[in-house]
Amino acid sequence: MKQWFKSGSPWIWMTGGAVSISLISVIGLLAMIAGRGLGFFWPAEVTQFEMHRGDVKETVIGEIYDREMVPVERLKAANIDLHGFTGDEVERLLIKTGNREYVDLDFRWILATDIVEQSTPSQLAVFERSKNGNFYGYIESVIKDGKAVEESQKLTVLDELVERAVELNESALDLQNGPIGHINYDLERLRLKEKALDLKGELTHEKVAEFEAERKAYREQYLVLEKELFKFRDAAKRDQVIVKDMRGELVTIPLYQVLDVTLPNDMGLLAKVGHYFKQVGKFVSDDPREANTEGGVFPAIFGTVFMVMLMAVIVTPFGVVAAIYLHEYAAKNSITKMIRIAVINLAGVPSIVYGVFGLGFFVYMLGGSIDQLFYPEALPGPTFGTPGVIWSALTLAILTLPVVIVSTEEGLSRIPSSVRQGSLALGATKAETIWRIIVPMASPAIMTGLILAVARAAGEVAPLMLVGVVKMAPTLPVDMNFPFVHLDRKFMHLGFHIYDVGFQSPNVEAARPLVYATAFLLVAVIVALNITAIGIRNHLREKFRSLEH
Amino acid sequence: MSSNPPSVDFNTNRNRLIKDKLAKYSITAGGTLVLVALLLIFFYLLYVVQPIFASAHVEVRNQFTLPTSQEYIAGGMEEQGEIAYLFTPSGELSYYTIKGENFGNKLTSFNVEFDAAVTSFARTVPHQGMYAYGLENGAIKVVEPKFEVGFANNSRTIKPSIAYPLGEGEVTIDDEGASIRQFAFSYDVEESRLGVLAVTGDKRLLFSMLSAEENMFSGEMEWSSEVTEIPQEGKIDELLISPDFSRAFVRVANKVYIYNTRDIEDITQIQVLAANQENANLVKMQLLSGANSLMLVNDNGEISQWFEINGEQGRKFAKIRAFASNDGNISGLYSEFYRRTFFSTNTQGELSLYYTTSESELWSGKVSDSGIDFFSISPRSNAALMLAGNQLIVVDIENEHPEVSWSALWQEVWYEGYPEPAYIWQSTSASDDFESKLSLVPISFGTIKAAMYAMLFAVPIALSAAIYTAYFMSPELRRFVKPTVEIMEALPTVILGFLAGLWLAPLIESHLPAIMLILLLTPVAILLTAFFWQNLPESIRHKIPDGSHAILLIPVVLLAGYIAFALSPAVELWVFDGDVRRYITNELGIDFDQRNSLVVGIAMGFAVIPTIFSIAEDAVFSVPKHLSNGSLALGATQWQTLVRVVLLTASPGIFSAVMMGLGRAVGETMIVLMATGNTPIMDWSIFQGMRTLAANIAVEMPESEVGSTHYRILFLAAFVLFIFTFVFNTIAEFVRQRLREKYSSL
Repeated sequence: MKQWFKSGSPWIWMTGGAVSISLISVIGLLAMIAGRGLGFFWPAEVTQFEMHRGDVKETVIGEIYDREMVPVERLKAANIDLHGFTGDEVERLLIKTGNREYVDLDFRWILATDIVEQSTPSQLAVFERSKNGNFYGYIESVIKDGKAVEESQKLTVLDELVERAVELNESALDLQNGPIGHINYDLERLRLKEKALDLKGELTHEKVAEFEAERKAYREQYLVLEKELFKFRDAAKRDQVIVKDMRGELVTIPLYQVLDVTLPNDMGLLAKVGHYFKQVGKFVSDDPREANTEGGVFPAIFGTVFMVMLMAVIVTPFGVVAAIYLHEYAAKNSITKMIRIAVINLAGVPSIVYGVFGLGFFVYMLGGSIDQLFYPEALPGPTFGTPGVIWSALTLAILTLPVVIVSTEEGLSRIPSSVRQGSLALGATKAETIWRIIVPMASPAIMTGLILAVARAAGEVAPLMLVGVVKMAPTLPVDMNFPFVHLDRKFMHLGFHIYDVGFQSPNVEAARPLVYATAFLLVAVIVALNITAIGIRNHLREKFRSLEH
Repeated sequence: MSSNPPSVDFNTNRNRLIKDKLAKYSITAGGTLVLVALLLIFFYLLYVVQPIFASAHVEVRNQFTLPTSQEYIAGGMEEQGEIAYLFTPSGELSYYTIKGENFGNKLTSFNVEFDAAVTSFARTVPHQGMYAYGLENGAIKVVEPKFEVGFANNSRTIKPSIAYPLGEGEVTIDDEGASIRQFAFSYDVEESRLGVLAVTGDKRLLFSMLSAEENMFSGEMEWSSEVTEIPQEGKIDELLISPDFSRAFVRVANKVYIYNTRDIEDITQIQVLAANQENANLVKMQLLSGANSLMLVNDNGEISQWFEINGEQGRKFAKIRAFASNDGNISGLYSEFYRRTFFSTNTQGELSLYYTTSESELWSGKVSDSGIDFFSISPRSNAALMLAGNQLIVVDIENEHPEVSWSALWQEVWYEGYPEPAYIWQSTSASDDFESKLSLVPISFGTIKAAMYAMLFAVPIALSAAIYTAYFMSPELRRFVKPTVEIMEALPTVILGFLAGLWLAPLIESHLPAIMLILLLTPVAILLTAFFWQNLPESIRHKIPDGSHAILLIPVVLLAGYIAFALSPAVELWVFDGDVRRYITNELGIDFDQRNSLVVGIAMGFAVIPTIFSIAEDAVFSVPKHLSNGSLALGATQWQTLVRVVLLTASPGIFSAVMMGLGRAVGETMIVLMATGNTPIMDWSIFQGMRTLAANIAVEMPESEVGSTHYRILFLAAFVLFIFTFVFNTIAEFVRQRLREKYSSL
């Protein structure tokens, strides 16, 4: 035994164990995020529990959300009746009961010992609503235009009616965000124009009258549109459905609040798969609802992608030029070496420091000056002197600059000097050599750097919290109002969405699966980007290795 | 086809050369620009931070001579520092321009009418901004200088006026009608309450509370008063009343009598301070802004600060600190509106600025040739007015950040109301006259604590894994393992933080014994597996290629984890009486937070593992093979070769890996933000949270006012982080480069 220890073999096993632990945690982590994130969309069975607690008998309907084992001792200490249960541990279930406006809590823990009967009856319906979350219950009757629909047809009619209500709601929303939003935007621009003239002292009475006339025209347009909007809304309010909930009471749900009706217990596998992809589709294309705890994450996806693209546009030329300068033009001396080390180290500076810099320098200093020079009419309300998407992109560009520089330089240094010398020997100038030979050969390295930069930028949250991200942006940074791209606007971001919904929302339990789904989306994008970058890099290395020999 | 020799187009060549030069210059310019932009971060942070360390500065703006026919007893200025006002004993309130070309011009004056002769004069604390005359008939009249700011023709105009907050009439304090010889008062505008502490001509000490109610019919304010006589011996020198009417201070020679006046029906003496220094006498007392501190001046020049602290006999005033000035002729002591700055003037015409919290003398110097009779600071604390003889002197004061000094940031400070000096970070509060507590120690401590726990978790795992992967693992496996671990470096920390806060923290809370068991079981399980493997017949052992221990161990580690969780409730029952949390809190006396250092350590450890792993693995892997082969050929075992040759050669690289990891752990924001409670406490306990520099910036930066001390201190925190990580990374990078050169020569 002593000999064995002396040979060092157990220590080799111990170091091997560390690799196993690392692998388990990496793969386990990714698998857990994937499992929980993707599982969220699967239509869960709705279970009906007949319960008795003490003398009270009640029915609980809901999805089983989580389960855990509780030591009996702890329950006994709390004086909980276990109905003569013997054993060390009792199972406890977390049930999502929905029906938020009729029960105290839409999540409740129940003890397995309290359950008398448990079933998954068919005909149990799940209503996805735009307000107050899900509703669970049995469909009693469907009211179409004030009249009850025939019993046998109620499900098909309900589907049609829900679709109609959803469409009407969408038209109303389109109207509101489209033409009506446009009018509001124009009115605001008119106000600023008027104020700008006033500041210059050029606001004459004729001008005032002109502005007033324009405003009046807008208001008239608005009234017409508003009537249309109300028409849509009224039409959507036409139908209702009457549902028997778990208390046994009949509840009328207006259909304009209903987004989707499913009977998960009656679904076949195919229907479930169909529903699954429908839910995934909704998740990536819908706006969030209920303080971000429900609905989709489209604005966050859009914001993240837009900001990152903007950043890529800024960072690529600067990073490449700096790398070319460092590698091709700068003198090969100790100063260049020190600069190179400094650049590498900037990649290790905490991201929050860049956030602080961005807030102070870009937002307050640069943005503040822009406001004073170009938007005096909007003051004291800031235009660019407040966190916004352009400042976020700039801050992250500085943050990822070292990544691009380092990667590009690595690519440049891999190009054999014989290639350069060959080009120069044939009479090309240095600039031509770089532009025609070196840069094309280094382009995969530049691409790698860019992808790594994008992957890093997409995952950063801390600096964005200071320079432009918000929990709920009313408008996207790109819309149909002139000048179409609004760089001064605040935006939503997947990473911040995770932080905000997971930690700032009032109903964390309800939001948790959504956070997992968002996290999975973000991880998938970033891991895919990184794997692409690693792939390109490896390919590149192989290519130049063959060139050298 | 022409037979002419090809002609060289010199024009094109010149164009090409110009283009070449142009490219060279523009790339050089662009490259330098980018590098300068990166340098800018450093200088910009410094630029924002720098003002907090600038010292205060006082400069005389101008002065003018007042008519000698008058005597002046008090004065002040409005917010912009453009107009000053002066009170005379006879009730004249006059206004003067104190800025620009018309400096010293009298603008206007008002005469306050009295029913009886004036016998005394008093002013409230600076931010209430009121003055009152005490009269022969036992009444007082309260006066307030007012300024109406208007805009006309794009320029600001300030129009001075006079206001009587209690109405045009006088307010009777002493019903017996004795004259008011001396008094102090305070007026609460929001609740319309007036408190007066007065000494009458027949030597009685009165405390009077007046409150106003609006008459429902006439809409006028009707004042009703309550008066209590406080028995007090001796000749009273000075009176003070706190703005919230809860404390009254009476100075009789060297004794300060303190009364609790919260309830006028039941006024009690709570303390008598014999507050003078040895061989010295008290000459002045004054309340500091916020009215928690009493400042006392001795005639030997010592100024001492006293406030109430919790002691054995309840809350008592105690001497906290003293400011020594060598000069014994202090003529007055004045406090600022909201901050803890105070000013002392002396009979030689010198002015000194002090700040209590940072315990520093900010500025001292001569501003006048004759003694200063009174001093008044402007509401914005950027100018002051002084009367020296018949000279009215206006000074400009630059004192933006008195709160910050080396000792305030990094040493224990005795804050108002605290029983002892402490390190506290509490930057904001609802009230204006809050004493900001800006010690960077607790958050720096939190940063170090978080980084330490993370490193404690990450370093052993990451280094062991790196050593195995680089030295023992088969190349095919290595090609898969290395990128897999490195992928984790790219994982957004917000996701790690979210999992730590919402999944790991509750899991650890409910399965704490399991975590302890894992620490114990996993190594034991690995060793047992190794032992069994050793004793297996060779035929089986040789089927598995060398260097795949890691794969073999995956089920073992999983099993150990499973057993740990399965045993957790039983262990909880046997060892911890069924509830670990209660056991820790009650039996061990340690507070338990759900989001604690253990959670942060594990979560941030995961974030750091790939960084350390990647660099350390490179270092070990690139140790030249002939070194280890030589060692093996000489008969050393694999392990001996690793420890004595490979690790020794790679040690600088491993050191740099740990440095890089530390740099990352120190600056990590989202994980600590989400996985701890973010309370700035100083405690090494693994079951408590912390607040780190980075998380502190993320939490407080969006709310801090641009240019304020708080804003700049947060920049300082960022600057500290920047320097810290930059230095660590630079050391690591240098070590790495040296190592690379060494290897290439081997």
